[in-house]
Amino acid sequence: MISISGLLGQAFAILLALVLAPLLSGWVGQCRAWLQSRTAPPLLLPYYQLQKLFHKDVVLAHGASSLFRAAPFVVFGCMVLACAIIPSLSTDLPLAPAADALALVGVFGLARVFISLAAMDVGTSFGTLGGRREMLVGFLAEPALLMVIFTLAMTVQSTSVATIVETLAHRELVIYPSLAFAGIAFTFVSFAENARVPVDNPATHLELTMIHEAMILEYSGRHLALIEWAASLKLYAYSCLGLALFFPWGIAPGDNFLALVAAIPLLLFKLAIGGAFLAAIETINAKMRIFRAPEFLGTAFMLAVLGLLVRLLLESRV
Amino acid sequence: MFLCDDSSIEFTPQAGIGAPVWRGHVPSGEELKTFAAAVHLAGGRLAAIWGSDERQRGGGPSAGLRAGFRLHCVFGLESGHAWVSLDLPADEPVYPDLSGIFPAANRMQRATRDMVGIATSGGDQRPWLRHGAWPADWYPLRHDAVHEAGMGVGFQNFPSNYDFVQVGGEGAHEIPVGPIHAGIIEPGHFRFSVVGERVLRLEQRLGYQHKGVEKLLIGADIGRGARLVGRVSGDSTCAYAWAYATAVEAACRTEVPPRALLLRTLMLERERVANHLGDLGALGNDAAFAFGLTQFMRLKEDWLRLNQQLFGHRFMMDRIVPGGVATDIEAPALSAIVEQCAAIGATVKQLRTLYDEHPGLQDRFATTGAIDAALARELSLTGMAARATGILLDGRAHRQGYTPPPPYAALGVRPVTDERGDVAARVAVRFGEIFESLRLLREIAVGMASGETCAEVTPVAGAGGLGVIEAWRGEVLVGVQFDADGRLARVHPHDPSWQIWPALEHAVMKDIVPDFPLINKSFNLSYSGVDL
Repeated sequence: MISISGLLGQAFAILLALVLAPLLSGWVGQCRAWLQSRTAPPLLLPYYQLQKLFHKDVVLAHGASSLFRAAPFVVFGCMVLACAIIPSLSTDLPLAPAADALALVGVFGLARVFISLAAMDVGTSFGTLGGRREMLVGFLAEPALLMVIFTLAMTVQSTSVATIVETLAHRELVIYPSLAFAGIAFTFVSFAENARVPVDNPATHLELTMIHEAMILEYSGRHLALIEWAASLKLYAYSCLGLALFFPWGIAPGDNFLALVAAIPLLLFKLAIGGAFLAAIETINAKMRIFRAPEFLGTAFMLAVLGLLVRLLLESRV
Repeated sequence: MFLCDDSSIEFTPQAGIGAPVWRGHVPSGEELKTFAAAVHLAGGRLAAIWGSDERQRGGGPSAGLRAGFRLHCVFGLESGHAWVSLDLPADEPVYPDLSGIFPAANRMQRATRDMVGIATSGGDQRPWLRHGAWPADWYPLRHDAVHEAGMGVGFQNFPSNYDFVQVGGEGAHEIPVGPIHAGIIEPGHFRFSVVGERVLRLEQRLGYQHKGVEKLLIGADIGRGARLVGRVSGDSTCAYAWAYATAVEAACRTEVPPRALLLRTLMLERERVANHLGDLGALGNDAAFAFGLTQFMRLKEDWLRLNQQLFGHRFMMDRIVPGGVATDIEAPALSAIVEQCAAIGATVKQLRTLYDEHPGLQDRFATTGAIDAALARELSLTGMAARATGILLDGRAHRQGYTPPPPYAALGVRPVTDERGDVAARVAVRFGEIFESLRLLREIAVGMASGETCAEVTPVAGAGGLGVIEAWRGEVLVGVQFDADGRLARVHPHDPSWQIWPALEHAVMKDIVPDFPLINKSFNLSYSGVDL
């Protein structure tokens, strides 16, 4: 049943994601700078960069196919859809039935496939290098993410993200050990999926060490802007997913306008804390050797499976 | 002398107070090869090779040869350097390939062919410094090359295909990197042959920064020579300037005042500390530990600002000149140096603990890019790269049969070594050398001599000299030859990177592609220094 307020809420959530995502990236950048005792760049730096890139001409590599040109739009579209079905403010999301949690993993996967193919499309060695590293990280991160989702889905008997969040947010405060395992596993996966330290380094200029950056080296102008925006949307989506699944308090239950308004400052607060946490982890860690990434993500998978087992063995009476 | 009692080569020690150098002459290419083999057998190394055009000056001392070209080879031995020259006829300047004995000879021989047109009779004949900017039969460092084409102006550029060694097999492919990189660094091309992430082979192609420094030096006066040599590789400007000054002073029999020597040491050690500080930060950053970078860069900035304040230049360029130093410092400056050494030493000590106890960093550093002492000897490595494999080789320190030049002889430098040979070892050696240099700086500042800071240098027509200085990267050599008018006939600045670049090709072989930047940074070699 789709209500007007639901539609409005959905539109607002998407708009908020588009606006807030670069801000979150800017905030993480600021926190990183402070923690490294540097003078921080302006909070709005990502917006300036997007504006600059949108005003620049696109330079295409010789031999770039239509796939190369289409990929930024597909990736951007995937990330907008992801942000639309992840409850950030309200669980009353008309688009939510379009994709459950499993499909959400698929949406991220689709974006990954397109960006990797586009990276290989122009035929430079760095693109191929980045593409295959991304696939290495991706095929290890996805099962771990699925395990996390299964753990939560078993708790509420549904794979719809909105239902999971609604159920978790409105039950009495019980500590589920399974959620702790799932939460740590999800954090690990988020670092890998968003190309952050210790798996990848978003700030590096060393082309031979890059994963995500190597794939987008050939992009310029509005294509690059869309990819950068999509990257910050992905970070936003993962942050909101993590917050919604593990700290769901404050998310508006349905067509309650007041609760929706009240959810905004709470979301900003939670994102600010989350961003600072991310920056702190990035500051105290060095980037691991690339062949340690399977171990890292294997640990995430194992933790998620442990969460699932704990759920099955200890919490099945719930 | 020492090595070759059975050889017909007569060696005469070079005058002056620089590192010990013996100069000799071999009558034939075969004898040069015999001598090189004897040096190799005695555990010596190849320090430098260059050529000069002697056609204007008349024939060399060896009888029976028409005026032609001269090949200069410098070998490093336990007790000092042997500078051997070989006269070659003008019509067929060919000598035997030494790269079978010293692999390090390969690139130097090819560069000598490109610049002077004296070639080896066999071995690798690919061009090295010539990238097609001038024709293959035109040699920039020949005297007659000046008027015919005027410094290369008017040549068409003929970019030539370079014959990289190909690696075949299932799944093997190439990754070309550079010469233009994603970051702002010097240009160089790296051709990786890989299977997946594993590096099978790395081949470098350098020379993109060739700027004709040696050509500019021909006919320059002593002062202009100092400025040019000081700009060969900016991060080692003090070392280059001192090596050049030593060579000129040896040729001109100049006595350098003791205060000038101490001030030079002060600058050289400050240069060493500045570079190690910067590289330690960059090594952290290359492992995505940006906190290390900001901390070390802050220290380096403080360090360079004091340089600016005391010496009038952040990198102390043009402050060491033949005869002495161009700048003097006051007593308060010395106490400022002592204070800064204490402050920076304390912070570096904390940062060392941080680096040593950071599991992520140690995991990246340990076992990465390892070379062993046997390979380091085979490749004639010097400096920090050699000491990080456990070789006790430091031109500033006493060793059996070798006394360092003053004032190092009196300072008692304790060389820092580490036997692991990997990135972690080079990090450890850099930390150790910072602390040792800070100690030396304090000692020099406390015991600073008084008196003159510069002596008069009068060029001696036809004289020559060789200067050797232990720079932060390794051994910097500068060979100087005056012409009949007292101007510079030929100056060859030699960077330690010539020998260490090939070691990088070996160091990366057991590792994976994404570890290359870290390994590269741990050596941090000069492009400009070898591209000349």
